[in-house]
Parts: sequence; structure tokens; C-alpha cells
Amino acid sequence: MEPYIPHTDQDLKEMLDVIGVQNVESLFSTIPSEKRINSIDLPDGIDEFGVLSKLRKMALTNASADRYAFFMGAGVYNHVIPSAVNQIASRGDFYTAYTPYQAEVSQGTLQSLFEFQTMICEITGMGIANASMYDGASSLAEAVLMASRYTQKYKALVADTIHPEYLETVKTYVAGPKIEIEKISHDSDGKVSLNDLKSKIDDKTSCVVVQYPNFYGIIENLKAIKEISKDIIFIVVANPISLGVLEAPGKFGADIVVGDGQTLGIQMNFGGPSFGFFAIREDPKFVRAMPGRIIGETVDVDGKRGFVMTLQAREQHIRREKATSNICSNHALGTLYASIYLSLVGPKGLKEIGELNISKSHYLLKRLEETGHFVRTFSAEFFNEFVVKTDLNVSKMNKALFKNGIIGPLDLSKIEEQMKDQLLFCATESNTAEEIEKLISVLEAI
Amino acid sequence: MELIFEISEHGRRGFIPPKLDVESYDLPDEFKRAEPPRLPEATEGDVVRHYTNLSRLNYAVDVGFYPLGSCTMKYNPKLNEYASSLDGFSKIHPYQDVSTVQGALELMFNLQEDLKSISGMDAMTLQPAAGAHGEYTGVAVIRAYHEYKKDFEKDEMIIPDSAHGTNPATASMNGYKAVEIKSDKNGMVDIEELKKIVGPHTAGIMLTNPNTLGIFDENILKIAEIIHGVGGLLYYDGANFNAIMGKVRPGDMGFDVVHFNLHKTFSTPHGMGGPGAGPIGVKKFLEPFLPVPTIGKKNEKYFFDYSHKHTIGRVRSFYGNFSVLVKAYAYILTMGGDGLKRASEMAVLNANYLKAKISETLEVPYNTRPCMHEFVATTEPLLEHGVKALDFVKRMLDYGVHPPTVYFPLIVHEDIMIEPTETESKETLDKFVEIVEKIAKEAKENPKLLQEAPHITPVRRLDDVRAAKQLILRWK
Ligand SMILES: Cc1ncc(COP(=O)(O)O)c(C=O)c1O
Repeated sequence: MEPYIPHTDQDLKEMLDVIGVQNVESLFSTIPSEKRINSIDLPDGIDEFGVLSKLRKMALTNASADRYAFFMGAGVYNHVIPSAVNQIASRGDFYTAYTPYQAEVSQGTLQSLFEFQTMICEITGMGIANASMYDGASSLAEAVLMASRYTQKYKALVADTIHPEYLETVKTYVAGPKIEIEKISHDSDGKVSLNDLKSKIDDKTSCVVVQYPNFYGIIENLKAIKEISKDIIFIVVANPISLGVLEAPGKFGADIVVGDGQTLGIQMNFGGPSFGFFAIREDPKFVRAMPGRIIGETVDVDGKRGFVMTLQAREQHIRREKATSNICSNHALGTLYASIYLSLVGPKGLKEIGELNISKSHYLLKRLEETGHFVRTFSAEFFNEFVVKTDLNVSKMNKALFKNGIIGPLDLSKIEEQMKDQLLFCATESNTAEEIEKLISVLEAI
Repeated sequence: MELIFEISEHGRRGFIPPKLDVESYDLPDEFKRAEPPRLPEATEGDVVRHYTNLSRLNYAVDVGFYPLGSCTMKYNPKLNEYASSLDGFSKIHPYQDVSTVQGALELMFNLQEDLKSISGMDAMTLQPAAGAHGEYTGVAVIRAYHEYKKDFEKDEMIIPDSAHGTNPATASMNGYKAVEIKSDKNGMVDIEELKKIVGPHTAGIMLTNPNTLGIFDENILKIAEIIHGVGGLLYYDGANFNAIMGKVRPGDMGFDVVHFNLHKTFSTPHGMGGPGAGPIGVKKFLEPFLPVPTIGKKNEKYFFDYSHKHTIGRVRSFYGNFSVLVKAYAYILTMGGDGLKRASEMAVLNANYLKAKISETLEVPYNTRPCMHEFVATTEPLLEHGVKALDFVKRMLDYGVHPPTVYFPLIVHEDIMIEPTETESKETLDKFVEIVEKIAKEAKENPKLLQEAPHITPVRRLDDVRAAKQLILRWK
């Protein structure tokens, strides 16, 4: 069953004649015969209807956000996505193109990436952004590598309030260049401990990493952190959808801002793909240490404005073992979703969406506290997530919620053992008052 | 075209968020943004027109022939797009209880199993987000293995001079010294040279087979013996897997680690540069080093397996590019074992057919045996007319086809690397041959036509030097 292969018997015959061989088999004669196989141990192909039936069945066994209310965040969020985003991004002229190697027939890709770079700079308050990385976690890992490459110092300070999977990713990536990771603890209000940070900065320190808002939803005090870390590279992992209301990290003197773009118009997709963004302060020297593709403006031979991939001398195809990263394919299509999303919502919409997230999550917290079963763990201000400790049986609670069409909060003990009975709740603009009241009524009935 | 910022008008909007239906909470002022970001202000219609018009400036597989060597620009089936957009696949959260996402895990588990069968490997991870990310993961596994064995002497990764740039870059990121090995006169790894450079420092070799010349390295078993002989491991760059499905398996050729590019071999779209996916497979003895989690199955239930004892850790958040995995799985179901084998056969047939035809016009180095799924030609003789490979392929744009890869691999001068893929018909290939013949003729008769090409594209040749000098990297 090969609806995608055009060869007729007649084609085959004519083509073999031109090549001058008897059969297709003889084209594989360079493969050592003792290792040759004749078939793959897989079933034969299925027709389109059959494939779809099979996949639909699998899809239906998953509890998805079209049928369930989600109060779970922790790095992936159920936001409202304007219909136009997917409609435009599904154009084959976008998604079936590749890296814009031939700029003259890739201006759609190149201009949209240039616009994306601008939008990322605008929301983060940074000077330069690249054309995307894989995801938030690997962007952060690359930022830590870049900081060491640039400073030639090999100790990175990482707040223990960043996403645990981001921390694990960083730990993997630093094994090669042998960068030491030291964790910075947090205070009882959920913010980075400034004292701990201060005590750990020394002349081997390349950078400090904090997340904004952090893994527990807390809005870190970037200003105070910058004051302490003036002489090292300040890396901020930001949730871009919060930056319509929260002050831009660039305003606080961040040197590198990275993060995951899923919140900007991309479905949860079970955690991928989205894209990673990577922005730095405006600095012509610093940018040469940056990983990833960068798009620049120029003109063509007729003086017409156009866009190209630029500063390629940093990249693997030219610099090989001396490249700033091994990244080749990135996640450009994800940036298109984000660009369309940000163009649709605009500055006003992004602010309103941020405010909605804040109001909904604070209302949710208030209602949870009123049940008498939940107490806040950290006291500092938060965006759309917060941690509470409960006296309910967590697995029983989540089962009861599920039965009532609700995907409950993240049980933090599944990620960090010492966080027993601690729950990470999230509410976004997609959670209605009705959903929140239903959640509360189920909890009250337990 | 105007930038989206240039059509922006203060006060316009393209989307109205949901109404606030709970009491409002006001964040203290100290946290609030002082100045709004300068994002576009446009109606939904403005935005749709802007991006639709941008899309029309692009060349893409859906538009026409895209023989970009090493990138396997095969047709991207629409069924796969539709399947991955089903709510049950796209609207699920990575942290919901596994009992509520059994279908997603089943799909991932099945895909792991299928890729094992296709490659002859014993264990898979679907986590890596691209080919280079797979390389990173695979070489990290190799390093972790040597360190586990307390073999700290091993600090060199051998890489052929024909290799893709991601290979040496990956070795460096993992703390290895990249040691280049020359190709011999047949375009294969120089065995005598290899014997000389291996030793106790050799952590492994990264090979693409068929290599970037489109040549299957016939000495692969010998290479494996030499590398294994010094305790090194073999890494298979699966960028060119499209040539060998159902013909030979890397696992049987002696490779210890393999990555796939699902966006090449398994038809998932290239997305203007990504996302793709780069799963890796390993032999049994390397399974404990894989990133966590992988997908396991017990008593008909699927679960996240965190049991890998010496795991290198994570290389990203969550489990991989799930919707890309759905597309690749849909493709494998559609093609089946027989169809995948036929895909490789027709890919190789197409490449050999084109090679036979084009070698009448352009020089094809290393042309002593059949090629695999791609081949490299050179326009070097045209230099005497002042025509470079770049000029040659820019002229193709005027004829409405996407140029092949140019100036890669680095070991052939003025090269163009042509990969037709199996989804192109004989008619398409014949038309391409005619275009090549026409351009070759033009090169001799009117080189200016090529040097100034393209002529009829949305923009003409762009000033790269100016871009790098002025560094306008954003709109202001
Ligand atoms: C031979 C080879 N190796 C590795 C890669 C890297 O793959 P990716 O771009 O998916 O990271 C490529 C892709 O262009 C390639 O052609």
C-alpha cells in the first residue's frame, strides 16, 4: 500500500534500462551480502481509513482538554488559542518548507522569523533573539554552556526553584565541558534566597539561573538578584505569556532570557513540540557566542529589502567542532504559531490574558482555602500557579476529580519526594468560574 | 512585503480574550510592566492576509520538486497531519496520570518497537528533538559508558572528512576531541589511515552510511572490527536511513548507537527548519545509559520507565516531540514493512536514474558503482566560464525547482548534492534533467544569466555581507 510512491511497472523498466542494470536489487550490491536482509519484521501497510480508525481509537483513550477541565500547569499550560493560529500555520507553503537555505524562495520563512525575533525582543526586553531552539529546557542548557564559553568560568549557580526537568537537562549538558552546578536554595516565601546566592558567587562563577515566574508560580525579585550578581551572567527562564503584565527581564538587567514558547498559541501536545526561545542583551561581541540560527535584514541586488540567515560563522556547518552549538534543525514552525498568536492578541490582549491568569488563579486559591483543606506553602506573589498543602488523600482526591471530568493539580511528591501532600495548582484564562466551582464542590464532597 | 509591525494601527485587535467571570485580583505595582511590548495591533483579517501572503513567498514540498541532498524532502502525507491534530493527541498534558493517557503511551511504545525492528537495535528513546539532538544524546551515552567502565583515557571521536557539521560539533559538546579521518579515492573511510589513528584514546567513530556522497561504505564490517578492537563504539548518523530500509540494519553492521531523523526517513514535515524528531536506538549493553523515561509495557499497561541505572539524565523536558511521533507512526502504519522497503528501493532507483542522466551533463565524482539514495555532482569545469556551483543552482530557481544542497560535503569542490526521494515521478526527474541540461548550456553561452540569477523570484540575490556587517536583527 504506497499512495506516496508513483512508480509504475513501465517507469521501472525504463529507468532500469537507463541505469543499465537488470533489477532494483542490483543497485544494493555494495552492501555486504552476509548482512543483507530481505524484509522488515513489520505488518504490511494499511489503507488510510484503517490507519485513522486505529489512531482514533488510541486518541480516544486519552483524557484530553476538549472533554476535561485542566488545573495542571508545571511547564505546559492549557491556554485559549485563537482559531486563526492553526489555520494559517497549517499552510503547506510554511510547514513543508525546510531551513531557508535558498533565501530568494524563502522570504516567507525568513521574514516571519525576523518578525518573531522582534516580538521575542519586545516581550523579554532584550536586544537580540535567535530563530529558536528545541524547547525551554535545552535552551537553558545552551545558555549555561554559552555563559561558560564566554566567561571561561566553569561554575553555574542554579536556583532550586527552576523546573526540575530543566535542571536535569542542564546537568546532562554540563557533563561534557565539565561545568559545576551549584544549587541556590529558596526562602520560605518561595523566592530565591539572596543570602545563599550571595555566599556562593566566587571568581569561578559564570552565571546564575532563575525562573520567572518560578516552578512554584512565584514571581522572583529579579532586581534584587541582579544587584547581587552584577559581575556574572544573569540568565532568566521566562514564561512568555506572563510578560504582558510582568515587567520584562531585560529591564532588570538580564543577560540571557530563554524559555519555552508553548504558551504562545501552541497545543499542549503531551509536552512537545513547542519551541525554545533564546534572547540576549544587545552586544555585538556576545552575539558571536550565541547558538542557533539568526535572521538579519539586508537588500537584494535591486536594492529591495530582504532577509537572510546571518552570523553563520558561529554554526556547525561552517565552524564544525568549534561551533557555538551542534544545533541544525530548530523549531521554526513553533515560532510561526507564536508570531501569529502575538500578532492576533497584540499588546492589549497579552496584558488582558496575563491579568485573567492572575485573577483566575487567585480566585481559585481563595476558594480552595475556603474549603479548609488547603494551606498555601509559599507566601510571595504568584502568576497563574501556586503550591498548597492538603489534608486530603492526594491520590483519592485526584481520582474523584477525574471521575468528574477534571484533571487535578500536579502532585509534587511525584517529582520531589519531600513535597508530600503538596499540590501545584494552575488556572489560566481557559478555566471558567463554572469549572472552578465544580472543582470546589467535588473537593467538598470528599 | 511590509512587516507586520508596519501594518499595525494603534487600537486594532485580532482577538478578544474570554471575559473575566471571577473577582479580579490586582498585582502590586512593583511587579507590573511599565511599558507595553510593541506588538502588532491588527485585525484577524489583517493577520491572516499578512501570513498568507508571506507563505506565498516560500518554496515548499507541497509546491514542487525539492531535491535538497541529505535532507530527504519527501512528500509529507496529509493523513499524518490530521491524525496528530486529533484532540486526544494534541490536547493532553505530559503530567496527567498515566492511566489517563494510555493511548499516547501505546503509540510511543509501538513506535519504539517498530524503530527497533527497522534498525536492529535493542532499546530506543524517543526524547531527542532533532537529528543533532539525537547525536548529542547518543554520544553522551557513549561517554557515560566509557566513564562507567572507568576508561577515562578515551577522549577522541573519529569523524570522516565527508561528515555533516553536526558530527564534529556534537563530539565537542560532549567534551571529545574531534579527530578527522580522510576519505579514500572511492569516497569511503581510508582503512589504512584508520588503523593508524585508532588507539586507546578512541572513544568511537561517527559514521553516516551511506555517507554524504551517497556511497555505501563497503568496508563497514572492517571498520567496526577496528573500532571495537580498541574498545571504541560505533555511532550511526541516521540522516541517510532512507536508503536502506529492509535492505540492511545498522544493528547488524556493528553499530552500537543509531539516531533516526523522523523528519527525513519517516515523512514528517520539516516545518521551515523544524520541529523534527531524532530518536536513538542502542544495543542492549547501553540501555542502562539511555535518558529517562522510556516507555515500558507490563500486563497490557503502559508506563514511563525510569529504571535505567546509569542514565545520562534528560536531554529536554518531557518525552519528546510527541506530535511528530504520531505522524511518523501513522506513516509506518500506512507503509508497512513492505512499503518502507519499497520506499528505499524507489529512492535508490530515482537517485541512480538521475545520476545516469545528469552524468551526461555534469561530472559525477566517485562514479564507479551504484549510488544509494543521493549522489554528488560537480560544476567545477564551469569555473572556466566564471560560473560557480552557487550560480548554477540559483538559476534553477528561475525554472521553478528548489536547488540541491551546495558546497556539502566539503571534500568535493563546487558540488551539488542531489536527493530526489522516492515520492517523485519519472516525469519530474526528466523535467529536472532538462533544466540541468539547459542551465549547463547557458553557463557556456551566457554565464551572466547564471551569475545574476535568480531573475524572477520574489527577491533576487541578497547581500549576505551587508547583513553580517550591519546586523539588523530585529525591527525597530
Ligand atoms: C548527515 C546529517 N547528519 C545530521 C544532520 C542533523 O539533523 P538535524 O538537522 O535534524 O539536527 C543532518 C541534517 O541536515 C544531516 O544531513
